[in-house]
Amino acid sequence: MAALLEVEGLVKSFGPVDVLHGVDLSLGAGEVLALVGDNGAGKSTLIKHIAGVYRPDAGEIRLEGRPVRLETPGKARELGIETVYQDLALADELSVGANIFLGREPVRRFLGLIPVIDKVRIKSETDALLARIESRIPRKARSVSRLSGGQRQAVSIARALYWQAKVVIMDEPTAALAVMEREHVIGLARRLAAEGAGVIYIGHNLIEILEVADRVSVMYRGRIVHVTNARETTQQELIKYMTGFVEAAN
Amino acid sequence: MSQGALTRSVEKEAQGTFLAELRHRLPLETYVLALTVLVWVLLAIISPYFWTAGNITNILRQVSIDAILAFGSLFPIILAGIDLSVGSVAGLSGVVFSMLIANAGQGLLVAFVATLAMGIVIGIINGWATDRLGIPPFIVTLAGLQGYRGLALLLSGGMTISGMPAGLQAFSLSSVAHVPTLFLLMAVIGFCAHFMLAYTRLGRYMYAIGSNAEAARRVGIRVIHVTTIAYALAALFATISGLLLVARLSMGTPTAATGSELQAIAAAVVGGASLFGGRGTILGCFIGSLLFTTIGNGANLLGINSFWQMVIEGLLIAFVVYFDNLQKRRQAGMG
Repeated sequence: MAALLEVEGLVKSFGPVDVLHGVDLSLGAGEVLALVGDNGAGKSTLIKHIAGVYRPDAGEIRLEGRPVRLETPGKARELGIETVYQDLALADELSVGANIFLGREPVRRFLGLIPVIDKVRIKSETDALLARIESRIPRKARSVSRLSGGQRQAVSIARALYWQAKVVIMDEPTAALAVMEREHVIGLARRLAAEGAGVIYIGHNLIEILEVADRVSVMYRGRIVHVTNARETTQQELIKYMTGFVEAAN
Repeated sequence: MSQGALTRSVEKEAQGTFLAELRHRLPLETYVLALTVLVWVLLAIISPYFWTAGNITNILRQVSIDAILAFGSLFPIILAGIDLSVGSVAGLSGVVFSMLIANAGQGLLVAFVATLAMGIVIGIINGWATDRLGIPPFIVTLAGLQGYRGLALLLSGGMTISGMPAGLQAFSLSSVAHVPTLFLLMAVIGFCAHFMLAYTRLGRYMYAIGSNAEAARRVGIRVIHVTTIAYALAALFATISGLLLVARLSMGTPTAATGSELQAIAAAVVGGASLFGGRGTILGCFIGSLLFTTIGNGANLLGINSFWQMVIEGLLIAFVVYFDNLQKRRQAGMG
């Protein structure tokens, strides 16, 4: 599998605290790579580098073979890296369509002069998109504040789908969801991969991880200590790496 | 939420009665408009003077100046901010404008442009201090509320400034096809502001920042630009309002528009804007302003103590915000 995203030797400290000690990671197009690890292992810090929130002290990030400088979240997004955050991604008072197109609204000229948002196009594209992914999002929802947690995640994922993101980072997307909704979100993650995106999936629930992921990377104290095919591993093995049991044994 | 609870809530939603549906659908402004119409009808019945051409024209002129101030204060409110300085900026603008004419001998046009420029600069400073220096907008504009009023009093020595050209007052009293020119001017400004908020990216980004500034930042919206523009518009609208006051009174008054910032904010809130950001419309601001102006006018006509007027306005704000919260909680399915 050709590497879509490669992270090499990523180092990051916050003041005296070293958080990442040379992280290597490789993600292929069309795969779901799970990232697991105990709290404080550095998962969030790592993905925030890929999302353009943090800048590394050392190391390199390559997208489709080319080194990239992800200076801002906007830059990362321009390059095709979308992040589905736990609960931070949506503007509550805006509609579903407005959120999907936020920051990239299609514009038409009013009276051939004044640029205005093309609401008709946003509406038709949103309707088509929601129908395509069989989301249970009510079409007429005036604002996303009335949606459930799962529906909100679906909006974020729909956004990534619509913009044909190359890399999608899903940060604990099912953390606060009901069982039914959890299945739906997992389905959407698989769908993103099926449409050719590389998905980095962060989670704590190992049963879910083994269900959704193609490969699993385990982080422990700022390093990736184990990478394995999801079909060839077990919860017990992952836990050994997550807790440092294997390192201690070595 | 368990699966059973989810199903139940979906069923509950589906069974919504017509009235419940109405409550969900109709924005707050509709109710406030209904209340305003009710007050108009009551006043027309009680007072023989209310429904006269002279009084209606008077209301339309007064509401124009108040509404422009309220339109301006809406932008920061949408951003989940606030601008407490608009009344003082209106006062200072009136003083600077009238002194440029009366003391410095400048023409109307020069004085007009210079004052508007001053307003925009004040607004840019407010927005910049809020976003870049990270001082809460409440504090920045509270400083402005005191400071700009002080400046107005200092510049004028606390005296009113007369000697305005006759044309200025004639303009404020003029009408086009029986509609006061001031009202038409307000309508044009309101239309432009509405257009910006409802149809352009800039407007959409204001609502986005007010809903979730972090989300807006993460999709690449330049929050500082939008914030600065919002406060600049607030100050610009305040300046226009101040200039119209000078035209109406035919003199500059350093204490003009004192306390009007609170009424402007109240009008926006009564008209459906949320102080938590992300919501509010120009039409709602206009309806809120019209209600307050009508109450003021009615109280005068009926000879009601003006202190009562303040009490009524206070109760109204409390009631509307409570009603709005109630509606929101019902929408969220918690009520």
